Amino acid sequence: MSDSKDKDVLLEVKNLTVEVAGKRLLRGVDMIVKEGETHVVFGPNGSGKTTLVNVIMGLPDYKVVDGDILFRGDSILEWNLTERAKSGIGLAFQHPPVVEGVSLGVLLKTIIPDKKTSEEIAKNAHMEDYLEREVNVGFSGGERKKDELLQLLAQAPQLVMFDEPDSGVDVDSIKLMVDIMRKLLQKNTPIRERKNSGIIVTHSGVILEEIHADRGYVLVNGRLVCSGPPLDIFDQVKNHGFERCIKEAYESEKDG
Amino acid sequence: MKVKKMDENLKEEIAGLDRVGFDIKGETERSGSFLVADDKTTESESKEENLVVMPLSFAVEVYDWVNELRFSLVDREKDEYTKEVASRKELLGSFIYVKEGAKIEAPFQSCFFLHCQGFRQVLHNIIVLEPNSELNIITGCATGNLVSVSSHIAVTEMFVRKGAHLTYTMIHDWGSKAVVYPRAAIDVEHGGIFTSNYIALTQVKEIQSNPVAYLSDNASAKFNSIIYGRDGSFFDMGAMGILKGENASCEIVSRVASKNSKLILRAYIEGNGKNTRGHTECNGLLLDDRSSVTAIPELKANNIDTELSHEASIGKIAGEKLNYLMSRGLDEETARALLIRGFLEKGIEGLPESLKKKVDKLIEIAASSESL
Ligand SMILES: Nc1ncnc2c1ncn2[C@@H]1O[C@H](COP(=O)(O)OP(=O)(O)OP(=O)(O)O)[C@@H](O)[C@H]1O
Ligand SMILES: [Mg+2]
Repeated sequence: MSDSKDKDVLLEVKNLTVEVAGKRLLRGVDMIVKEGETHVVFGPNGSGKTTLVNVIMGLPDYKVVDGDILFRGDSILEWNLTERAKSGIGLAFQHPPVVEGVSLGVLLKTIIPDKKTSEEIAKNAHMEDYLEREVNVGFSGGERKKDELLQLLAQAPQLVMFDEPDSGVDVDSIKLMVDIMRKLLQKNTPIRERKNSGIIVTHSGVILEEIHADRGYVLVNGRLVCSGPPLDIFDQVKNHGFERCIKEAYESEKDG
Repeated sequence: MKVKKMDENLKEEIAGLDRVGFDIKGETERSGSFLVADDKTTESESKEENLVVMPLSFAVEVYDWVNELRFSLVDREKDEYTKEVASRKELLGSFIYVKEGAKIEAPFQSCFFLHCQGFRQVLHNIIVLEPNSELNIITGCATGNLVSVSSHIAVTEMFVRKGAHLTYTMIHDWGSKAVVYPRAAIDVEHGGIFTSNYIALTQVKEIQSNPVAYLSDNASAKFNSIIYGRDGSFFDMGAMGILKGENASCEIVSRVASKNSKLILRAYIEGNGKNTRGHTECNGLLLDDRSSVTAIPELKANNIDTELSHEASIGKIAGEKLNYLMSRGLDEETARALLIRGFLEKGIEGLPESLKKKVDKLIEIAASSESL
């Protein structure tokens, strides 16, 4: 953390409160991600992790009832998906949809018109055999996750959000996934020069072993609690479950 | 001088017919060509010994059996258009004839072109494939820069004899000033195969067509259509399969997208023979509130051993997919175009290999000219 003291803030989430169909999914979430930092979000199923990254990405259907999201200092609440993506926000979906009739090659070419680059990217992700395949059609769970990273490589966002990139991925593929994630997060670049930041939503510690993260949180019932060093938080969750954090969330509910 | 100018203009327009699969420059391998511009037959050529190509007006003189084929499949009294074709004294149209056992590899290309304003093109085409022969026909239909309404009326009768195999592909690019009434019927004898591919990705003022295939023992027919109705088009397209003989089968598959257009897709299969099978499928994509897609499948079983089924679905572009693409930085227009293209391209799977690339390109062009 000390290295990034003098770094600029890339993303600032302020008191973010979100509803869907009258149901409150996020309750006053605060989060500051500086350039070059990686943050990790844990939390039980249904606690709002996907909601958080989707709202930052700008997916419609969520109603921001309070708070703000600043990207490089600008409020992006009024920006649509395309504008957010173009300005450098990217998301690897937890459950990406199938896109019938559109081949992965065609999609990559549309994301980056330079064909050579898209082929190279596919090769790096060991997915050159998938270029002719329709996007996510018949892809296994692990292949879909890999495809998400591949598309992000093409998009090359500065804020890279990963929604459970490791769930359902086998041991060998995890290595490859971690390599790509490191590339996306510029983990091989000296910290001083590192510009890209990440938010990783995960249930396991596998990725944490390979990718250094600066900060961790637990999201419980729409509240971000138990913030601290990611590995400590993971150990605590592993050994004691979410109990302590749920308690903390309950306390803060009483206070707020 | 004026006439010369017209000719130059026509030449130029014919050079552009590549968009409907007609290659005048001879860059693609073709077994022959036939081209009618308004009422002038400007090309009639075969490069194969066993493939006979000539205007129908010649054919009725050369072969004494050809005249008997006229209106043997299509009823001349069927409607005002068939009557109009029957009443014409001067025959206009093609005669395409493949001799027994000849398997013509390179596609044969024909084209019916409307060049002059307000022209009424009235055609009669006869296609005969003798037993065990094979032919792949690509017919392109197009118009020049019409400013007033022109018509294309055509009776086409196809005879697929025993064990013969005819693939008949039509690519239409009519434009907003054309009204089009093709009337086609196909007789498929024992073990014959008829495949129709219909591609229309641009505007037409109005088109109405409902070809019928009569299928004998072990004969099969497949009708594939890919239609992108746009900008005030009206398509009333159908296909009919009459399963007369034992083991005959028919499949009618359409994939259509409608943008500010009205589309009607008809499919009729009648199972009369033993062990006959029929299937119809229609996938429609509605792109705005001014459009409509009507799927009208009709199945009639007259034999206890016939198996008929139909599937249809009509929907809009899924918001989830649109959002997904936009989250990668595609603007809404590009994302929609990609999804429309993807939807239509699913229809390519059923096309012959030789055609896939061409249609793929056409779909890409059609979809990329998509605007919100
Ligand atoms: N469109 C919606 N309509 C109604 N409820 C929704 C909607 N989207 C999400 N929810 C609910 O909001 C809650 C949070 O969902 P979210 O997907 O953010 O959870 P999550 O933390 O990502 O869970 P998981 O670990 O299972 O992926 C869940 O209870 C979910 O059912
Ligand atoms: Mg989730």
